[in-house]
Amino acid sequence: MTDSMKPLAITLTGCAKTFADGTKALEPLDLVIKSGETLVLLGPSGCGKTTTLRIIAGLEQPDAGGTVLFDGEDVTPLSIEKRNVGMVFQSYALFPNMSVAENIGYGLRLRKTPSAALRARVNEMLGMMRIEKLADRRIDQLSGGQRQRVALARALAVRPRALLLDEPLTALDAKLRDALRIEIDELLRRLGITAVYVTHDQAEAMALGDRIVVMEHGKVAQIGTPRDIYQRPATLFVADFIGTMNRVAGHVAGGAFVTSAGSIPWPEAPARATEAMFRPQDVSIADDGAAHLKGTITAAFFLGDRTRLAVDVGGDKPLILEAAARRDFSHGDPIGLRIDPHGLLSL
Amino acid sequence: MTRDSYRLTTLLLPAGIFFAAFFLLPLAQLFHIGLTGKQGWGAYTAIVTDRNYFSSLVSTLGLAAATTAATLIISGIAGVFLQRNRFPGNGALVAMLTFPLAFPGVVIGFMVIMLAGRQGLIGDVSRWLTGDKIVFAYSMAGLFMGYVYFSIPRTILTVMAAAEKLDPKLEEAARSLGASTWRVVLDVIIPGLKPAFISAGAICFATAMGAFGTAFTLATRINVLPMVIYTEFTLEANIATAAALSFVLGAVTWVVLAVARTAAGSTVAAAG
Amino acid sequence: MKRGAAFYAQLAFTLLVCAFLIAPVILSILAGVTVNYQSGIQSGFTLRWVFAVWDGYRDTIFLSIGISLACLAGTLILGVPAAYALAKRQNAFSRALEELLVMPVAVPGLATALALIVTYGGAGGFRTSWSFILVGHILFTLPFMVRSVLAVLSAIDLKTLEEGAASLGASFWQRFFHIVLPNCRGGILAGSLMVVTLSMGEFNMTWLLHTPLTKTLPVGLADAYASLRLEIGSAYTLVFFLMIVPLLVALQWLGQARQAKFVAEDE
Repeated sequence: MTDSMKPLAITLTGCAKTFADGTKALEPLDLVIKSGETLVLLGPSGCGKTTTLRIIAGLEQPDAGGTVLFDGEDVTPLSIEKRNVGMVFQSYALFPNMSVAENIGYGLRLRKTPSAALRARVNEMLGMMRIEKLADRRIDQLSGGQRQRVALARALAVRPRALLLDEPLTALDAKLRDALRIEIDELLRRLGITAVYVTHDQAEAMALGDRIVVMEHGKVAQIGTPRDIYQRPATLFVADFIGTMNRVAGHVAGGAFVTSAGSIPWPEAPARATEAMFRPQDVSIADDGAAHLKGTITAAFFLGDRTRLAVDVGGDKPLILEAAARRDFSHGDPIGLRIDPHGLLSL
Repeated sequence: MTRDSYRLTTLLLPAGIFFAAFFLLPLAQLFHIGLTGKQGWGAYTAIVTDRNYFSSLVSTLGLAAATTAATLIISGIAGVFLQRNRFPGNGALVAMLTFPLAFPGVVIGFMVIMLAGRQGLIGDVSRWLTGDKIVFAYSMAGLFMGYVYFSIPRTILTVMAAAEKLDPKLEEAARSLGASTWRVVLDVIIPGLKPAFISAGAICFATAMGAFGTAFTLATRINVLPMVIYTEFTLEANIATAAALSFVLGAVTWVVLAVARTAAGSTVAAAG
Repeated sequence: MKRGAAFYAQLAFTLLVCAFLIAPVILSILAGVTVNYQSGIQSGFTLRWVFAVWDGYRDTIFLSIGISLACLAGTLILGVPAAYALAKRQNAFSRALEELLVMPVAVPGLATALALIVTYGGAGGFRTSWSFILVGHILFTLPFMVRSVLAVLSAIDLKTLEEGAASLGASFWQRFFHIVLPNCRGGILAGSLMVVTLSMGEFNMTWLLHTPLTKTLPVGLADAYASLRLEIGSAYTLVFFLMIVPLLVALQWLGQARQAKFVAEDE
């Protein structure tokens, strides 16, 4: 983008939301979105992530006492049409009565942009999203992925102060989702625009976010970089929600974590830990002599390039790990496991 | 967005004011006028206490019920048939069956005269067959025929729309369980069409209760409530009674529609 | 597919129903152009009756067209904004209003007409002008416009479309004119055809509301049926058919076009 203006910084203070029927969608929330960053709001449905986005957009008013600041200026009383934010909706919200080009140019038309400048900007956006050929199409003639591109182009055409995306990829199939995710990532980096991205898909969140806000029941569970959140989950909920996390119960004794299925060497173990957690990739299969834990296979899913195993070691839930595809596993086989001590966590 | 909420109210206001001024207020006035006659509240009870009025009410209700039953059976069969079977000429048949959709009551009356009047088709055919000329247009039977004529097009449309939404897999499932054709009709098709039958039936009923044009064209002597009201108003100048009777007629019809709507779970409206 | 006896029995039944509906239409058209219906079409064809109708009842035709167009304007102005407001606001108040708006259709026209007469009959200029009839027609047709538009508005995701427009800077009125109105064109068109057709044929109310100087087409028809020879009644009916058939055809075509569109979207 040619704009030399510094991207927008957004500050939410004490933003809560109670709906007319009494449902509390959001507990009081404080959040600082830095200039130019991509912030992902992540969580299961009903966690308050979309409400937060809608408060930033101006589509919802926070309960009394909450404020929204754009670069320090209080915009709380302004409705969305006065905030100059670009928004991309899950259902795209493209206007069926307008062509692709008219959709993209609509925001400029409202701003009384002279027609030559309007056409130039629309063409620029068509080019940026590589949809020049679709300019005169009707919306109902577009595929899902094309609609998503038009929606992005339309939101960006007006040079918004920030881009707000509400589950923009959810309506697409898996392959297209991956392709568009990469495109959106590239676009956001190139434009350097402040972006808030809502999703329930943790892979999408990890790939796109400079920082991720994990939300649960209307509250923030953790804020951090994708790496922070993956490697140092602050709560059990975060640990479970981001990727797969294995958990075994036991106690610490003599530099190791002792469980009913064996003991895992863990020099830096916190003395009071009663539970050890580790990711599937930190588990490897070992011979009886070298194994830390011993268990039996309860399920094996052949995935082509690898095999996903569920191993019972006496806990509530089986451990999940992945093994090379070459070996054949069957239900009931005994198996030995080694855990990489660097991957061990406790809460 | 409370500002928008005011704007929405503004958009609703013209219709609301028009409606209050030209419908609610007049209806209240009608009710009031109904009380100003010699009998006072008696005007409202006269519909059951006065033998003549009561017999009109009974025959109007009977006519409405018969019209509803006949229309539903005829349109049910034809509508499901046309929706389920695709054959050359299907579209033309549907077009012809729905053509009289917007005929006003007076025209319907004239259609009945063309069929069963003094110079009507049925009379000609019967004279040719038996030597006797059958003429029944100017009686309750003619009115019944007219209301059925009026109600068939819209009922067929409703039935066809509902039949289209019936999942054929339900029928296939019933057949796979060994149900005969009759059992499929009884257990799958009729229950599936029930909401459409209720809403279309309510419209037939309301039409036959309140319509006036057909009866007016056929004969002013037919003893149905709308004709009685008309006679009271124009010939007897008995405005209080006419007002009370029409208020009761309106209330009865509206209640029937409201009950049907609750039963069918969808919106029901009559035209007439 | 092999078709059994049941198919042919149902086909025969349907054809019979069809004959019941269409035969009198054809008979009346024939009667309208036959020299003497009593002696049959051998007596020859003529346009005499049609011209007689034109001479005697021309005014009713123009009045009906005028009233139905005015009625259309009225229902557009009152009904479309109301439908939008009702679509946006789903609360007890709006549902009650929706229910109330349908009442003039449920309540017999005779009752509504009497109510109007006892309330406004004294307002001389109003009572004797055609606008008195117009009021009745608007009351009766307004629900059809509202419902037709409302049906379209509830089928599209109006809320998100409006939010999309608002996010681009559109104000309430810009959203209404740029997004809402263009996207319910289909409903407005269907509603308009319905309103004009119904207004053109309305009799139940009009018979009581009219004055000797404000006779509409159906009022004239009733007159003709009651007092003139069958051929003139038929010719008059023929004129009425000529006026409403284009409207009906357009309505049917619109219904099919919309169905076809839904099919295309499914694929």
